[in-house]
Amino acid sequence: MIYLLQEELSKKVMDVNDIASYLPIGIQIVCAAGLVAFLMLVTHLLGPKRKTADKLQSFTSGIESHGDARQPVAIKYFLVAILFVLFDVEVIFFYPYAVNFKGLGWSGFWAVLLFVGFFLCGFIYIIKKGALKWEE
Amino acid sequence: MQNITDNIHDWLYATFNPTIAMLIEFAIIGALAIGLFAMLGLVLIYMERKVSAVMQLRLGPNRVGPKGIFQTTADTLKLIVKEGMTPNGVDKLLFNLAPFIVMIVAMVVLAPLMFAKGFQIWDINIGVFFITAVSSLSVIGILMAGWASNNKYSLLGAMRSGAQIVSYELSAGLSILAVIVLTGSLKLSEIITSQENGWWIFKGHLPVWIAFIIFIIAVTAETNRAPFDLAEAESELTAGFHTEYSGMKFALFFLAEYVNIFVVCALGATLFLGGWMPLHFGTGTKFNEVMDYIPSSVWFFGKTFFLIFVIMWFRWTFPRLRIDQLLNLEWKYLLPISMINLLLATFIAIMKWHF
Repeated sequence: MIYLLQEELSKKVMDVNDIASYLPIGIQIVCAAGLVAFLMLVTHLLGPKRKTADKLQSFTSGIESHGDARQPVAIKYFLVAILFVLFDVEVIFFYPYAVNFKGLGWSGFWAVLLFVGFFLCGFIYIIKKGALKWEE
Repeated sequence: MQNITDNIHDWLYATFNPTIAMLIEFAIIGALAIGLFAMLGLVLIYMERKVSAVMQLRLGPNRVGPKGIFQTTADTLKLIVKEGMTPNGVDKLLFNLAPFIVMIVAMVVLAPLMFAKGFQIWDINIGVFFITAVSSLSVIGILMAGWASNNKYSLLGAMRSGAQIVSYELSAGLSILAVIVLTGSLKLSEIITSQENGWWIFKGHLPVWIAFIIFIIAVTAETNRAPFDLAEAESELTAGFHTEYSGMKFALFFLAEYVNIFVVCALGATLFLGGWMPLHFGTGTKFNEVMDYIPSSVWFFGKTFFLIFVIMWFRWTFPRLRIDQLLNLEWKYLLPISMINLLLATFIAIMKWHF
């Protein structure tokens, strides 16, 4: 229905990239936040509140918890995150190409082949460098 | 469906002045979205339990209501009246903010989906891009929950989940692009109309088949489903990133997870299996006319629930992977394959070898 509403809006604003065409998403966010807030409030009001020291301990399968849980974690996780940032940028570069490639034809295809070539060079480098070896 | 929405729209604009009519439409859409959200949660959890039961030769829930269909409703009511604890040592703000983020992301991603012919909340020209962009935000909510909980299980689960979601997003994105190349549009309604003479899975030859398989694997990992459910591996991490959550806060995570499954399966159904488009071969044949008698919403939900069933099936078929195996699978196999596959798709599209 907002789909129909959008036509109504687009008659007024004409430009697709206008902020008004993103109005439905704003409403959706408000609805979602409202729903979560409502449910949290209801459960807060209905639920019992009996706090005891044992109950409020963090759960460690029955063993007493030792120290702060926020300790340094393996560097590999961050390495994966960094690699993701690099490669995701490359994936995002493909979006405009994928939409427009019919107009670009063969020259666009060669350009992208070159791009993927560079991409694979970097990819082989990180594999050889052992960025994904978890054993050592 | 088109007629119903058109009629309501016309009636509202005929009866009230435009501003009030628009506000009423907003209210109806908000109510529908929340209703759909709640229904999805209830139906999918019931379905999951029944599918699991059938696969393990059990009966599954069968006490509340006929065949146990009200079991999930009863569970939800129980969870609402439970105590929502905030344990000692947690970061209170982040701990309570995390369910909000996960839920808002799950609900916002529903907006560009097309549920039936002419039944869509938001038809934006960057629909597919929007879904991939926003659905990856849920990793922030998960990391937030894991970090705030001050529990070693939670932190480990969140870290694993973070690495896993971001990795598999690459090949999910690339396999989506293989279809985008063939359609030349990111708008979901245009992608569906481009499949009028056959779904992409039939029209697209090899690259679309490979892309479909990679897509299913990648979204299974992205939604933290078994065999990639390391983030909440019960046998080692209790409940992973939501160990410390109880009552309704836990239910919200659970609900968001199931809605995410629905969203990715709906996206898969739209891109590869034609969304609401009935099974068509060619144009103007008798077969197409017969297929058109089945309503478009039935087609859409049929395909989506079939894909959801496949993902539930995976859970009871494959054993869980280890974190390094999981990342190896993505980085050493799926990513290069989907990259080459994308090139193959562009090549085929240029040569016009697809139908």
